[in-house]
Amino acid sequence: MSAPTLHAATPAEEVAFYVAEEEHAHSGASTMLGFWIYLMSDCLIFAVLFATYGVLGRSYAAGPSGADLFDLPLVALNTAMLLFSSITYGFAMLEMERNRKGMTLLWLAITGLFGAAFIFFELYEFAHLIAEGAGPQRSAFLSSFFTLVGTHGLHVTCGLIWLVTLMVQVAQRGLIEDNKRRLMCLSLFWHFLDVIWIGVFSFVYLMGVLQ
Amino acid sequence: MSSNPDFWSFVFGRLSWESFPLHEPILVVTFLAVALGGAAMLGALTYFRAWGYLWREWLTSVDHKRIGIMYIVLALIMLLRGFADALMMRAQQAIAFGGSEGYLPPHHYDQIFTAHGVIMIFFVAMPLVTGLMNFVVPLQIGARDVAFPFLNNFSFWMTVSGAVIVMMSLFVGEFAQTGWLAYPPLSGLEGSPGVGVDYYIWALQVAGIGTLLSGVNLIATIVKMRAPGMTMMKLPVFTWTALCTNVLIVASFPVLTAVLVLLSLDRYVGTNFFTNDLGGNPMMYVNLIWIWGHPEVYILILPAFGVFSEVTSTFCSKRLFGYTSMVYATVVITILSYLVWLHHFFTMGSGASVNSFFGITTMIISIPTGAKIFNWLFTMFRGRIRFEVPMMYTVGFMVTFVIGGMTGVMLAVPPADFQLHNSLFLIAHFHNVIIGGVVFGMFAGIAYWFPKAFGFKLDPFWGKMSFWFWLIGFWVAFMPIYVLGLMGVTRRLNHFDDPSLQIWFVVAAFGAVLIACGIASFLIQLVVSFMKREQLRDLTGDPWGGRTLEWSTSSPPPVYNFAFTPIIHDHDAWWDMKQRGYTRPLHGFRPIHMPKNTGTGIILAGLSIAFAFGMIWYMWWLAALSFVAMVVISIGHTFNYHRDFHIPSEVVDRTERTRTALMAGE
Amino acid sequence: MSRKILRILPLMALAAILSGCKMTILNPSGDIAAQQRDLIVYSTVLMLLIIVPVILLTLFFAWRYRASNTKAKYDPEWNHSTGLEVVIWSAPLAIIVALGALTWVSTHLLDPYRPLSRIDASTPLRDEVRPLEVDVVSLDWKWLFIYPEQGIATVNELAAPVDAPINFRLTSSTMMNSFSIPALAGMVYTMPGMVTKLHAVINEPGVYQGLSANYSGHGFSDMHFKFHGLSQTDFNAWVAEAKASGERLGRQEYLAMAQPSTREPVRRFGSVDPELYGAIVERCVEPGKMCMSEMARIDAQGGAGMAGTLNVVTKRVQHAAAGRPGEDARGAERRYVLSFCTIDQPYGATGSDAAPRPASPGTTE
Repeated sequence: MSAPTLHAATPAEEVAFYVAEEEHAHSGASTMLGFWIYLMSDCLIFAVLFATYGVLGRSYAAGPSGADLFDLPLVALNTAMLLFSSITYGFAMLEMERNRKGMTLLWLAITGLFGAAFIFFELYEFAHLIAEGAGPQRSAFLSSFFTLVGTHGLHVTCGLIWLVTLMVQVAQRGLIEDNKRRLMCLSLFWHFLDVIWIGVFSFVYLMGVLQ
Repeated sequence: MSSNPDFWSFVFGRLSWESFPLHEPILVVTFLAVALGGAAMLGALTYFRAWGYLWREWLTSVDHKRIGIMYIVLALIMLLRGFADALMMRAQQAIAFGGSEGYLPPHHYDQIFTAHGVIMIFFVAMPLVTGLMNFVVPLQIGARDVAFPFLNNFSFWMTVSGAVIVMMSLFVGEFAQTGWLAYPPLSGLEGSPGVGVDYYIWALQVAGIGTLLSGVNLIATIVKMRAPGMTMMKLPVFTWTALCTNVLIVASFPVLTAVLVLLSLDRYVGTNFFTNDLGGNPMMYVNLIWIWGHPEVYILILPAFGVFSEVTSTFCSKRLFGYTSMVYATVVITILSYLVWLHHFFTMGSGASVNSFFGITTMIISIPTGAKIFNWLFTMFRGRIRFEVPMMYTVGFMVTFVIGGMTGVMLAVPPADFQLHNSLFLIAHFHNVIIGGVVFGMFAGIAYWFPKAFGFKLDPFWGKMSFWFWLIGFWVAFMPIYVLGLMGVTRRLNHFDDPSLQIWFVVAAFGAVLIACGIASFLIQLVVSFMKREQLRDLTGDPWGGRTLEWSTSSPPPVYNFAFTPIIHDHDAWWDMKQRGYTRPLHGFRPIHMPKNTGTGIILAGLSIAFAFGMIWYMWWLAALSFVAMVVISIGHTFNYHRDFHIPSEVVDRTERTRTALMAGE
Repeated sequence: MSRKILRILPLMALAAILSGCKMTILNPSGDIAAQQRDLIVYSTVLMLLIIVPVILLTLFFAWRYRASNTKAKYDPEWNHSTGLEVVIWSAPLAIIVALGALTWVSTHLLDPYRPLSRIDASTPLRDEVRPLEVDVVSLDWKWLFIYPEQGIATVNELAAPVDAPINFRLTSSTMMNSFSIPALAGMVYTMPGMVTKLHAVINEPGVYQGLSANYSGHGFSDMHFKFHGLSQTDFNAWVAEAKASGERLGRQEYLAMAQPSTREPVRRFGSVDPELYGAIVERCVEPGKMCMSEMARIDAQGGAGMAGTLNVVTKRVQHAAAGRPGEDARGAERRYVLSFCTIDQPYGATGSDAAPRPASPGTTE
């Protein structure tokens, strides 16, 4: 790393007007910032859905309420899946820092399995509710419940597709700079979804059961 | 959802022969004209063998300058459509009196006023603003491109896709008949069972993705890619307003996306967010859409303020008065714009305290706005004002916009709003600020930066014609509308009983014709300037005596913008450089690292049109197929690791040498 | 040709102004509207204090500092003046402080929910005066006015005695509209399932224009009505005339009327089902449908449990837009919750008298 040489146009004033020797520009130097901004905008989508649930979450339309519908042990299990996946993603990142490709891939695979289990339980819960006649059409409460939880689930699904893609890319090219950056982005995304889920779990499920 | 066993119904969803408006002569003629024009254009492209050039140099380009220009071209094309709608409305309202129904039945007329609003905001004003920011911001901050060049290309094509979806509704099916914000329950399945609202939803969703991503992109660009020395308080004012606008975009468009998702779930899945029964709450839609909608107003006007700041100080040959207070005013407006949304529905029965709170916050916005006006005023004070076209627009803006601001504050007084809400007074007010502010600002910006983009100035005669037609046309068209509002006439009416109103509508229609002349003059100006480009040529790269960095490079700038990254010492960086006797570096060039062009953006955007079309017409197979294709192509795109290249130093050297020769007049 | 028009236009405009165009909002006939007009005038004048100097200064500076005027002082570096900055921020601030105070007071004073305290600027409202109650329903696309105390109802015609306070309660059948009589008072939205209120008084006899000020579909443009300000005797006669019509407005008549239609002629009903308006507000005019207050009561107790998955019916409604060329003619499905039956009310809480009802909850029509 050499300090950039500053080229003086008017030597008398010693003022430089341009960088004569630039360092090689990093492509994607702004990626983390950009991705963070994107996450915040995504967070706003969830904010709207939470607000919607806050407004409509008690509008059962003389139908079933959260207390009638939610299976708390199942949701707790589900939550555990997602929290574990966050921890295992953390392990993957630690391995990535040590440049151990195989272990990184292994932890990513475990993360993916936890994520898939989460999606599986969520789909099971949805199917069960719909079969009982408590589908998203029944009441505004159920509409906002399915939309909020479903949007989160959709994000996790996207995360899974992304995860698999990245695993292939890491397997193909190893832990190169580009792949590390991508893993960092997915890491942000994955933990972000975890935080959202904690909100969903406490705000929707716990408070729903408590009434 | 639809489980119709019929094969054709599976293939075509709800599309049938009746979906084509063959019974509407206006639409058939329009379609024929568009088809002939399109065929002629395609023929010309083929004849001149321009396809390859177009594809390589423009459609797949990730160069922010070209993308910016393409945004503006899109906006100008859509302006013609949106303005045709305006003329049709003015004509209808001018003749539909005394038992006459006019020539547009409600089914058609209601689509026109909805489309006019949607097109003018989303596909004219937004692309103009985004296009200008795209073109100017990297040049002003001494960067070589935006932070995410591919994303920029993708954003642009998604905006185009949204526009294409709206245009398709003209010839296949219908557009929404709900007003431009599609309030439920009218926009729900019960109020609008047809495809119109679905066109609306998907057009906005597709274009919204583009807008949001371009917002992310420009924020990252401004925060991360400023040239050395350019601290935040040395940022050119236009870049400041661009930053605030993009913060607003990122912080408000997700709300639009979410609320439209909820509306589409109501329409496609049968949920109950905004329905009348089963616990739904239409008021929530109104709140949410305005939480997006009010910041949207400032998304449009802030960059216009930025343009006026640049133009005023350039054409007064004087530093901008009160740079710091200008910046703070912009930031204050940005923050306050989130605290005023309820003023759009004082009349929905909120309590007096809530109404006065939102009324007063609205008025508070006029304080920083007023300060800005004074700052421009005192920039003119003791200046040397050259009345080129951009400066004429600025003075026109200052005189026009204050009136719009005044009527806006009147509307912010809740009891006054009870009388004026939804009346033509409101219509006149927001056209006053949008035409007097945004449109004048964008035309000033186009006239100002056109020589930078193309290397020759726009013809001043036709520019002045256009300006005067716009200015006078605006006043003639909208003063009668103000008067009608004070007579208690409401908006969106198809015909009238009271014959004493007619004269005002006739005058307004005449004003619209004057504005049409303004648009025509602008188009003529483009053609004339192109023909006279050798006379209007600017070789210096700095035709106006500019003050900011974009004027330090050649016109049009080379693909890499700056051979060397500039170092900044003052917010009028280029002015400062000129004052201190800066000389252009002529040797020592190094290879420059640049992104490669890619076709992925346009392909994805094309697929998104197919997806939207499938969703709108219930052709589920098409929607599913194009969605899967989009996912696969996006993933495939990430497998491409070679997205950039180096421009060899010899090429840079040659380019700069050519410029030196041109400047020396060889 | 255009030059000719250009020459004639100002004359025509002038003629229109001279012929006395009806600036209803600036020359209203009701006390509330008059106070709102005053507010419009005051705020305009207040703002003109700053707008006029700005416009004049803009034009003056533009002229004075034009490039060709080399005599004017030129100071390219002058860009800051603390004193001036203070002025340019505080001048608008002062105006807004004044306007904000005016806003706070007037918004509370002219709150449409606030009962009147005066008949006009010089006459306070006496305590013993009972206001006229009017229940307003906006339908697709006409207006229904129910006078609960007089026991009459009218379609597309409203009347009230001069100098008597009127209490409007407003709701809507399906779409949002806005109830607006510019000469009387500012508008208020009408929304399905909700009640909004408006208090107003008309001070001059006459016939005024009333309209919907919020677009509500294809028939919207014809959704206007005449508002008659009548003397007390004329109003009594008007009521008696309505009573004499003999037509009765019950649930069945209402449901028939609620079908979308445009340009409905004025109709008068001599008697009205006293529970009708409540049922319209609660969205349970249709027999067997659960009223909103009932639903709110059940919801407040945590819903109806899993049994609540069975009490929904789907009904196909003919939509106004249906049957147009290129339009989905199938109509829309409307789902609603059935009321629960009790021993007292075997057919549920809304217990209408005549209509056929579903055999059991959960059936689909």
